[in-house]
Amino acid sequence: MPAPLLRVDGLEVALASTGATIIEEVSLSLEPGETLGVVGESGSGKSVLALTVMGLLPRALARTRGNIQLGGDELTTLSPDAWRDRRGRDMAMIFQEPMTALNPVMRVGHQVEEVLMNRRGMSAGDARRRATALFERVEIPEPARRLAAFPHELSGGMRQRVMITIALAAEPRLLIADEPTTALDVTIQAQILDLLRDLQKERGLALLLITHDLGVIAEITDRVLVLYAGRVAEVAPARLIFDAPAHPYTRALLASRPALTGPRDRLVSIEGAVPSVGAMPPGCRFAPRCSFAIGPCMTAPPALIACAERHAAACVRVGELG
Amino acid sequence: MLGFLTRRLAGAFLVLLLVSVLSFGIIWLVPGDPAAVFLDAGATPDQVERLRRELGLDKPLAMQVVEWYSRILKGDLGRSILLSRGVTEAIIERLPVTLSLAGISLVLSVVAGVAAGMVAATKHGQPVDQAVMAGALFGLSIPEFWLGLVLIVVFAVQLGVLPTGGFVPPTESITGWIRSITLPAIALAVVHMGFIARMTRAALLEVLSQDFIRTADSKGLTRLHILLRHGLPNALIPILTVTGIVAGSLLGGTVIIEQVFSIPGVGRLIIGAILSRDFPVIQGGLLFVALVYLTINLLVDICYAIVDPRVRLE
Repeated sequence: MPAPLLRVDGLEVALASTGATIIEEVSLSLEPGETLGVVGESGSGKSVLALTVMGLLPRALARTRGNIQLGGDELTTLSPDAWRDRRGRDMAMIFQEPMTALNPVMRVGHQVEEVLMNRRGMSAGDARRRATALFERVEIPEPARRLAAFPHELSGGMRQRVMITIALAAEPRLLIADEPTTALDVTIQAQILDLLRDLQKERGLALLLITHDLGVIAEITDRVLVLYAGRVAEVAPARLIFDAPAHPYTRALLASRPALTGPRDRLVSIEGAVPSVGAMPPGCRFAPRCSFAIGPCMTAPPALIACAERHAAACVRVGELG
Repeated sequence: MLGFLTRRLAGAFLVLLLVSVLSFGIIWLVPGDPAAVFLDAGATPDQVERLRRELGLDKPLAMQVVEWYSRILKGDLGRSILLSRGVTEAIIERLPVTLSLAGISLVLSVVAGVAAGMVAATKHGQPVDQAVMAGALFGLSIPEFWLGLVLIVVFAVQLGVLPTGGFVPPTESITGWIRSITLPAIALAVVHMGFIARMTRAALLEVLSQDFIRTADSKGLTRLHILLRHGLPNALIPILTVTGIVAGSLLGGTVIIEQVFSIPGVGRLIIGAILSRDFPVIQGGLLFVALVYLTINLLVDICYAIVDPRVRLE
């Protein structure tokens, strides 16, 4: 097993104002060339996790505990400027909404070229040639002409391809994609996922893919981390998540997917609601909604228990329920 | 872009037409006879009649309208009763005075205001921000005539380094011109500086919270690069808007400061005309001020389109 490129250990992020935790005890590791999917509902802390790794947390949030290592270097002890210097070069990020994530008054070509010039020291001419080649690689038609376009002149899919180009420009080793296809329509989603998978293979990127879409997980991830209310519920190889989910939350999540075939029943949903920040239950965070909950579930948050190779779930009843 | 310009020009033309109607109508809105009002009670009916003829008030209304428009289209704003000379000439003669005063205070207030606003926005919530905002509010709140007087007392009377007032044309002496314009320009700039600083800060704060700034941050670009290349260009539209407003109010006449520093600018010309009921100058001044505002607005609109490509589509 190669050494992990990214290693997150016991991460905790809290609101700066009240100290209420958004994510707690999140650990993960990601190898070069591997794709790790992070799934969870809205508010499960998956975007916060991505922003924390990038060092881009908004001021209202603060990392209160835990370590983040990239290529063996500890990031959390770096000065803000040193962390900034790692961004773009060692790690890059693709955001959910490609319209608002691009500068509306700057030509898209320049938004790519500024990375090449400022982060890789290229001359303007080299940067232009490289940007054209990258546009070609991400399958933007008429790349030379599109470089001069403004974001509002491009479709959503094209804009997301521009975002991907920006992320790849400085040749990072870690790519974080936060819901990269959520804002796009379905046919474009598949194209963008294919593109991401190809680029990841081609460049041996470590890809951290954040999504709430289990279809995306099935499509391109190697392993999956299931987040619930800011804590890891389950981590497993992608295949096992579908074939042998161990955590009751994961099962409920899978059961709530609408079936494409068979009779059209009512959509299954999980009873209750995600607990809100600052009002988390003392025990397992899923216990109030869990039909398997027993006494110990209510007192202390369960630790991750291994149930197979590279497969673990934070549930006290893992053994019995399997 | 061409269609955009045509639409803006057509709009400006319409406004100008409306102002010309108003400005023609002023003379009819005066209660009583404008000639008698100018000459006041002591004038003989003969004198009043002569002035009426001079102003063309004895002709039928339709005739007056035709004459008015044929004159103003040629750029002839009529003759001042009081100064017994052309209104156009009088304005043109005072234009360099107003232009140099307005130009210098505009540059001063935009440069200092935008810089202060940028500093405040990047240090949002920190003491520097609070200090800049307090300073801006202070500047905004000072009456300009008071500041003008204080500047005269300190720099002209006590320190004796600058003149107390008057205007030296740049053609006569460059240093004299700079010396004569410094104090009034500062007095005018301080107020507008505060205005522009507050607007810049607000616009930048809004921009800096947007997603594309986070994208720029994810590229690992320096904070200065992000501020100058991604933040400021997106905040320019509101900054241009206030700059246009400030430019208009500076060019349209800075009556009080011209009075305090005894500077013979356009503002004083118009105020003098109003006080003495010199109708041709009032009418001409009104048209001139409207033209200035429209030109500035047009320039601002063109700048919008240059700064933000999305504007060109509207």
